Amino acid sequence: MKTPGIFPAVPALVLLFAFFLFPVVRMLGYSVDAGSFEWYAKALGEGLYLGVFWNTFQIALLVTLICLLLGYPVGFLIATTTPGWAVLGFIFVLLPLWTSVLVRTYAWMVLLGRNGVFNRWLIDSGIISDPLPLLHNVTGVLIGMVHVLLPYMVLPIYGAVRRLDPALVAAAEGLGASDWRIFWRIYLPLTANGIFAGSVLVFVLSLGFFITPALLGGGRVIMIAVLIEQEVRQTLNWPFAAALSAVLLAATLAVYALAQRFTQSEART
Amino acid sequence: MPTRSGQLSVAGHLSVTGLCRRFGEVVALDEVSLDIAPGELLTILGPSGSGKTTLLKVVAGFEKPDAGRVSVDGQDITAMPPARRDIGMVFQNYALFPHLTVAGNVAFPLEMRNVGRAEVARRVGETLALVELAGYGERLPRQLSGGQQQRVALARAIVFNPRLLLLDEPFGALDRKLRETMQLEVRRLQKRLGLTTIFITHDQEEALVLSDRIAVMNRGAIQQVAGTMEIYERPANDFVADFVGESNIFHGTLTEPGIVTLSSGRRLLVNRDGKVGDRLGVLMRPERFADKGANGFAAEVVEAVYLGASLKLRLACEDGLELVVRQPARGKLPVAGQRLEVGIDADAIHVF
Repeated sequence: MKTPGIFPAVPALVLLFAFFLFPVVRMLGYSVDAGSFEWYAKALGEGLYLGVFWNTFQIALLVTLICLLLGYPVGFLIATTTPGWAVLGFIFVLLPLWTSVLVRTYAWMVLLGRNGVFNRWLIDSGIISDPLPLLHNVTGVLIGMVHVLLPYMVLPIYGAVRRLDPALVAAAEGLGASDWRIFWRIYLPLTANGIFAGSVLVFVLSLGFFITPALLGGGRVIMIAVLIEQEVRQTLNWPFAAALSAVLLAATLAVYALAQRFTQSEART
Repeated sequence: MPTRSGQLSVAGHLSVTGLCRRFGEVVALDEVSLDIAPGELLTILGPSGSGKTTLLKVVAGFEKPDAGRVSVDGQDITAMPPARRDIGMVFQNYALFPHLTVAGNVAFPLEMRNVGRAEVARRVGETLALVELAGYGERLPRQLSGGQQQRVALARAIVFNPRLLLLDEPFGALDRKLRETMQLEVRRLQKRLGLTTIFITHDQEEALVLSDRIAVMNRGAIQQVAGTMEIYERPANDFVADFVGESNIFHGTLTEPGIVTLSSGRRLLVNRDGKVGDRLGVLMRPERFADKGANGFAAEVVEAVYLGASLKLRLACEDGLELVVRQPARGKLPVAGQRLEVGIDADAIHVF
């Protein structure tokens, strides 16, 4: 078949160029305002801002870890259950994905607040006497972010488990492996690519997360995207915001490149 | 579980009784009973959907029977999980663990039995040598050819001295030459180790090459269990006669002792006494025909196929009977339309 060449892709390329590539380049332009790198020096030199980067990394890492621990069993279950249950499972996983992040985040605020549904229920049932601090702190941010990002972990893991030949599991069982050993020796290594893909996806998405940390963090949990927004809207320091964005972009690309290299060396062995 | 050391297994008497298994409307196993002697290789031969794979799965423990019992050396294992059965199995596509090396694959069942490291290394080495893969231990399965992969699967299935060896159509993916080599090799190894073995196939030729005995299955039921020669020469019914080898099968009535009369009116001399009036099946193997015999057939050649070593003829007799006949390929080849005569002796006809 003759390949149709580049022409069918032209509309999308024009869009990408006009509304993605061009703004990114403009932004990078802002960040080196008047040819000086002072804003980068500020972003990477001052402890306050490095702290925010470090904070962002830590939260992203924690979110990834929690998503993995919660998501693996879910992806595994959906991949190995009967088709009927799998459909139900998919609905549960995907429905939140189709709901606005803003709506979901506000819902968490209602649930997690000092007088929120959870705290009131816990106090009413006598389990605790003082409300737990669930909102406007790292706990709240983690809960909200995990909730939003969980599907990105579940789906690649689901795919990896589905691709695994069931005969391998039967073979391991026949050769004397207990369920526990089948998991460690067969499932885990053979679904590692799904775990990896899901983790990279969740981590990278976490790095740039804005709405959830902004609302659930209540100004007390500053992640890098929240900081950038403050620089853009409150202090109106666009060159600094651009420099912070560039650093975030570089960090994200670095994670992605590292992941890429890792999977390639995996494929070679 | 005590691990048995490198000695040959002497036991391994498998007995299944009254196995039944249904999948909805489909009866996969219908009162299947079998006894396999220690060290015997029994082939379960049948077309796809005959229930042979279900039977194997029940023996291995991957499928629970609705009724019936599986026991090895007198121990009832019907409810035992597969991991505790001590049964080695070679899967259709080998099911080698792709992330483990050849040695890692073969070591797997030993590690599951908590065998010490030095002992694992020793037995993996021994077993790889046994299947002629010494020196391949560090390779990954995908770096091996189909035949080599199969040897790894075999090594993995025998390294822990299983009580039984199950082979699920293991030669299907190999080309013909390699398949024949592997068949003989598996047979040699199985005899040497004295392993009680069940071999599943739909290929009757393969079954004849490998087996001590063959159990022919159809529609979930065992049609006949017998030695290879018995199965071929004296099949129990139409299905067995038709499924194993080429055949000319007819039905008729015993009109007097030693004579079966077919519906066309043709009288066949056979070696069979019995009650006059019995409905009987008659089997004539294509290669048992000669130029002359107690029963003569004047026929016209419908088709003649040259097969190298032999010649396959389709003949139409005057009374409408159609025959398939094999003759040694020599002299001039008959052509379609040519008239000729073939014959078969009474004792070359099997009556059932």
